Amino acid sequence: MTAVVLSAVGRPTTAAYLSVSAVLFTLGAVGILLKRNVLVMFMCVELMLNAANLALVTFARSLNDIGGQVAVFFSMVVAAAEVVVGLGIIVSIFRRRKIGATADSASLLKG
Amino acid sequence: MVDWIVFIVGSLMALVGAIGVLTMKNPVHAALSLVQTLFGVAVLFVAQGAHFLAAVQVIVYAGAIVVLFLFVIMLLGVDRNDGLSGEPLKGQRIAAGLVGAIALAELILISRVNFVLGKASTAGVATGPESNVQTLSKSLFTRYLFAFEITSVLLVIAVVGAVMLTRKPKALDEGIAA
Repeated sequence: MTAVVLSAVGRPTTAAYLSVSAVLFTLGAVGILLKRNVLVMFMCVELMLNAANLALVTFARSLNDIGGQVAVFFSMVVAAAEVVVGLGIIVSIFRRRKIGATADSASLLKG
Repeated sequence: MVDWIVFIVGSLMALVGAIGVLTMKNPVHAALSLVQTLFGVAVLFVAQGAHFLAAVQVIVYAGAIVVLFLFVIMLLGVDRNDGLSGEPLKGQRIAAGLVGAIALAELILISRVNFVLGKASTAGVATGPESNVQTLSKSLFTRYLFAFEITSVLLVIAVVGAVMLTRKPKALDEGIAA
């Protein structure tokens, strides 16, 4: 890996950035499947969002198009709104069940 | 050469931080690993000329969102062990790892294949004599003005939703009084 990278000249390729984005996205997705703490699952959602943002910026560079960066700007705004609402839901879950609240405890919010 | 070094440093920061989010037992440590990932992604943004987005990434994501996470962790005291032992679903972890491996292979394959891309510079040229901030703002305040204005409605809805959700429910209030 390092030998290939060092022998390459010029700027990092689009495929290199996209690979990093793919690994980041997969780590986030696996985290959601594996973790049981709701807050850490939420952090993994942020990881996936960041991976998508990185891919968008990469495409914006490779196509020389500002639209990709504008899309990232909007996705950041949506991420901020999502975190506010999501943490509100998590706080109200934990209010109802103090110890050992998992994603399954979301059913406590019924009614 | 220098570009490659910046790329490697940035992506190593991001990926090590992401692994930290997955492996840390304590949610506070996971949040700090998330900060590292966000800074790594910001480095990759700078390397690709998205200077404004890198600044927003550091200010909004690492500055505001992670602090919000830490506030909630402190408020709820979830940094203790959540007292869960054993798996609710047998073999779920192995299945998750397998699904992750397959997804990773697919994504890497797609990013290596000669994918079809759209027309270049339909929404405006990204590089030019003007700075990145000027280019981005020109596009944002002309072509994407409506979406930008709608964003404010979204933020108001999010604020109202957060207030509604975190209000103390009546039943709990009465329970405390009784």
